[in-house]
Amino acid sequence: MLYREAGDFKTSYAKDQQTFPIAFDRWGYFITVAFAFLVVPFLINDYWVNAVVLPFLIYSVAAIGLNILTGYCGQVSLGTGGFMAVGAFSAYKLMTAFPELSMIIVILLSGGVTAFVGILFGLPSLRIKGFYLAVATLAAQFFLVWMFNKFPWFYNYSASGQISAPERSVFGFAVTGANVTPAVSYLFCLCFVFVLAWVARNLTRGANGRKWMAIRDMDIAAEIIGVDPLKTKLTAFGVSSFYIGIAGALLFAIYLGAAEVGEAFDISKSFLVLFMIIIGGLGSIFGSFAGAAFMVLMPVLLKNIMVGYLGWPTDLASHFQFVIVGGLIVIFLILEPHGFAQLWRLAKEKLRLWPFPH
Amino acid sequence: MSADFYYAIEVILNGLMAGVMYSLVALGFVLIFKASGIFNYAQGVMALFAALTLVGFQNGEIPFSHLINAIFGTDVHHFGWHMPAFFAILCALAVMILFAFLVEKYILKHLVNQEPIILFMATIGLAYFMEGFGDLMWGADIKKLDVGIPQGGNIWLEENTAFLGGDDFYGFYIDNLDIWATIFAAILVISLVIFSQYTKTGRALRAVADDHQAALSVGISLRSIWVIVWAIAGFVALVAGIMWGSKSGVQFSLSLIALKALPVLMLGGFTSIPGAIIGGLIIGVGEKLFEFLIGAPFLGGATENWFAYMLALLFLVFRPQGLFGEKIIERV
Repeated sequence: MLYREAGDFKTSYAKDQQTFPIAFDRWGYFITVAFAFLVVPFLINDYWVNAVVLPFLIYSVAAIGLNILTGYCGQVSLGTGGFMAVGAFSAYKLMTAFPELSMIIVILLSGGVTAFVGILFGLPSLRIKGFYLAVATLAAQFFLVWMFNKFPWFYNYSASGQISAPERSVFGFAVTGANVTPAVSYLFCLCFVFVLAWVARNLTRGANGRKWMAIRDMDIAAEIIGVDPLKTKLTAFGVSSFYIGIAGALLFAIYLGAAEVGEAFDISKSFLVLFMIIIGGLGSIFGSFAGAAFMVLMPVLLKNIMVGYLGWPTDLASHFQFVIVGGLIVIFLILEPHGFAQLWRLAKEKLRLWPFPH
Repeated sequence: MSADFYYAIEVILNGLMAGVMYSLVALGFVLIFKASGIFNYAQGVMALFAALTLVGFQNGEIPFSHLINAIFGTDVHHFGWHMPAFFAILCALAVMILFAFLVEKYILKHLVNQEPIILFMATIGLAYFMEGFGDLMWGADIKKLDVGIPQGGNIWLEENTAFLGGDDFYGFYIDNLDIWATIFAAILVISLVIFSQYTKTGRALRAVADDHQAALSVGISLRSIWVIVWAIAGFVALVAGIMWGSKSGVQFSLSLIALKALPVLMLGGFTSIPGAIIGGLIIGVGEKLFEFLIGAPFLGGATENWFAYMLALLFLVFRPQGLFGEKIIERV
């Protein structure tokens, strides 16, 4: 009898419009956030941060970004890896050019740079639609990676062509470089994830989100009822790239520490993030988190089982990983094409009625 | 005329040849897209898988030997025979037909009436699956594929064109393999056209491509058509796999040519077989010529990585349906 709207009286419009109308959900949300901020930093160790938690948090941001573009605005993009590279390289350039600049500002600015690049590559979306657009965004992917590889200015003429994050700190705690503690890097990423997810949730249910969804559902009809397609698509590209750029900057500066563009931001990254949002659920913030968790956790789990438990050679395990990931994606699409978010929705519907079947 | 001019012509000729190779992959995409509206991302991996299987049969490797060795602690590698190329190709073809059947039975059947993006994602999943499966089955090392197609520069052509230029010009250099690829591609396209125009199955294929529901209503079985189309696409993938495999060895990067085929498709239009060929030629010539004239001298080279996509992007802005695609009509 816990999961009910009944008895939860809303006395103001603000309360009526809140994100979690059911008290049980609301408390679950508060407890999760409190747990993430107050308990996890004391429990966490190096292995968990590097293998599971940091990739999960960072890819969640990327998945939310792509979900805004693909799930909410309906523009399929395969350029995620390239945009993440823009974020990473602008973070690197900003960190080395302005050593005193706070890391928070660096990360936000790199998001801004990426947003600008994203809008640039989003311009053709007014004429090109559907699959054609998906392939057109590949141009962004390959061009950007090539550009960061070819012009040494981007990686400060380093001999290896790699970029590596110098040590920077926020409020006296090192967040990049060699002296990072797991708890600090975790909290730093978590703050970004929390704020960005909160903003995304509220953007998508406001006027902007409604416009995006109108364009997604039928762009010509949306145009007729007064939604400006150019402005709407470009804001979607801009906001999405902002998120993806921040994810790229965090991935490089906090998680990897050093990166080589052809390796860290190649086309497989684009597909990885696309898988996350498809498996998690298109057009859902919760789905972005669920998909990121799934795609980050599964390989770790498979590797632990096959290499650690069964004792197979690593190359065999990595082949199996491909087979299983591919197979799971297909099975998942057959069983539930709308992803984890839909399963969650169904579960909530069932909970509302429980214990009565109708 | 200067040697530079002839060199440019040679670049164009080689670009045309490279374009034929792209077209071979693009052809498989178009076939499946026309018949089932599925954008088959796995086409490149199918080419890789077909080539791997062919090499495996030819050398008599034992499938899954790596896995068997890891589980049972045995040490098996080869059956110890070498199959003639022709039989190996037939066997590989049989495997691709079986594959088409399995894909229809276990994937497509369950995804009827889903949105295109879901089907697209399913083929990406399939691509991942086959990539891992192919490596598990035949091992992940780079393999040499030799089915008896001559390789190396064509001496005859080189000697007979040497008189065109001055003393520093030695004739056009064109790889024999590319010439053969062109011949095979031409045969393939002509036979595909004959097949789809003059046979009963071909007519059924075109009916399905035109309108699924109308085809169903006159008694054409969609499911068997899908199996046939995927089998044909598997055959095209095998040909592409043989050509690319002979050229650069059978390895993982073979599956990435699928990505190169995408701009070809966009230029030519997703629904047009001649479009795939002409798009391939334009992309092949365009990227070689751009690299020769602008990329290498001014931009530091390796522009081939992105030129095709940029060309397609710019082209689509002016003509969103591609060169030969059906005109896009939108209604509310």
